[in-house]
Amino acid sequence: MLTQDERNRIRAEAAHYDHPQAACVEALKIVQEHHRWVSDEHLKEIAALLDMSPEALDSVATFYNLIFRKPVGENVILLCDSVSCWIMGYEGIRAHLKEHLGVELGETTSDGKFTLLPMACLGTCDRGPAMMVGNELYRNLDNDKVDEILARYRHPSGA
Amino acid sequence: MAYPYVHEREVRMISRNFGDPAARTLDGYRERGGYRGLERAFEIGPAAVIDEVKASGLRGRGGAGFPTGLKWSFMPKAGVKPHYLLCNADESEPGTFKDRELIRWDPHQLIEGCLIAAYAMGSRHAYIYLRGEFFEASQVMARAVEEAYERGFAGRRILGSENDIEVTVHVGAGAYICGEETGLMNSLEGRRGEPRVKPPFPAAVGVYSMPTTINNVETLAAVPHIVEHGGEWYRQWGTDKSPGTKLFCVSGHVEKPGNYELPLGFPMMELIEDVCGGVAEGRSLKSVIPGGSSVPLMDVEDCRECTLCYEGVEAAGSMLGCASVIVMDDRTNIVREVRRMVQFYAHESCGQCTPCREGTPWMTQVLRRIEAGRGTESDLDTLLDMSAQMTGTTICVLSDSAAAPVVSSIEKFRDEYLALIHGGERVEVA
Repeated sequence: MLTQDERNRIRAEAAHYDHPQAACVEALKIVQEHHRWVSDEHLKEIAALLDMSPEALDSVATFYNLIFRKPVGENVILLCDSVSCWIMGYEGIRAHLKEHLGVELGETTSDGKFTLLPMACLGTCDRGPAMMVGNELYRNLDNDKVDEILARYRHPSGA
Repeated sequence: MAYPYVHEREVRMISRNFGDPAARTLDGYRERGGYRGLERAFEIGPAAVIDEVKASGLRGRGGAGFPTGLKWSFMPKAGVKPHYLLCNADESEPGTFKDRELIRWDPHQLIEGCLIAAYAMGSRHAYIYLRGEFFEASQVMARAVEEAYERGFAGRRILGSENDIEVTVHVGAGAYICGEETGLMNSLEGRRGEPRVKPPFPAAVGVYSMPTTINNVETLAAVPHIVEHGGEWYRQWGTDKSPGTKLFCVSGHVEKPGNYELPLGFPMMELIEDVCGGVAEGRSLKSVIPGGSSVPLMDVEDCRECTLCYEGVEAAGSMLGCASVIVMDDRTNIVREVRRMVQFYAHESCGQCTPCREGTPWMTQVLRRIEAGRGTESDLDTLLDMSAQMTGTTICVLSDSAAAPVVSSIEKFRDEYLALIHGGERVEVA
């Protein structure tokens, strides 16, 4: 079940547009904020709120890279895998991340902390290789920097 | 100010506030001369605004280079139907990183550009469509819009005038194709971001089937300056066919990558060598992609005489696109980079058109085979044949974009393909 707060926020978003469907991607993101991904049950509830069929909403949800229809870890890592990052050493960073986390691209670590996903150009090509962890952008990556960043997410207290 | 790198040959007009966080607030922007273009627009009226933009010769900065003033004049006269202005801030062309900077350093410049454009075209609603990955930029933008509303620069009776213009920030959720203008319109309506068949063109049938104009962030950022100082003033920079200044996003193998605002027509080798410090000591230049990953690759010969304006890059066999200059030195494995670009298009293809949906993964497969040393010379013919069938045969140009680096790289760097095919190793090009 969606919370009352989620419902209110979705309705408020829909009010910005002439047609409620225009708010559907934002609605999916609101639900992801707390649940990290969008389950079938949530999908149906959102669709009902926005006057859409669940099928229509699912076709939208599956179109976009940042809407997850399967469970993801606590932190989603989006590793930029476009041309400028490749030129600047993407493959080494990818290998390091895979080894460090013990997962392949598209997988979640066994402790549920991280999901590693390749992502289309993040638009920070002058400072590649780059990745996002959650909403934070990290640039000019090297292996040490990656370790340091991941440690911060493992131990958020800053220990 | 040391915004990552600055250079004395830059003409910093739309990038003048880069690296200056105080310019992000409405007061900071006003102190730096902001919103004077909007005031002048209200004085001279919509028709005169369009005339100034036409006179400036400003061309769309999103890649196509279509004359902005002309595009605006396609909009029907304001009447019963609502008109929409969309700002395309879905920057996702690989190699491009200018719009993010325009938004995060100078959000009010963009709001001012949107307001002037909306006013000129009789639109009472401007949507700024930002890509989902631009989290920080979308927060900066949302704050600036809120401030503009609070201070009477957006919403009802702007600056005490009779003009009402709503400004809404809409954030996407990750899909390259939403940068295509009709894909963006579908996405804004809450649909899959699939491009629409044209015609009808957006000026006739756009968002919600209403007249719509879509402009890139950088185009709209230039508008306040043009309207404040006049179209002729803007023409003091650039060439006759490509007036004004342009942000050049330089990435890859140069010492000082970054955004540089230069007059159009700037020589490419001077950009790479003087402004960006050239390739690293001991390395040599191999190839440049001048306009983002969907334009043809250039070799060193092409670069030598090339001037960076729409007609100059075209004469050198490529396209200026959004001026995203990707520099590759002699360490670069061209076949691998081309495969990487094609793979990107395969992932981002929306799947509506067969040549694109089937062609992009197939090309990726053939390129991978060559890369792994298992290719044959006939694979090159297959790639060229596929490219021909993927160009000009689909609803949008994503498919053409995937073909461009393939065709140009086979043309310019055939030796590298042959070396992989015959020796399983690449050759170093001197």
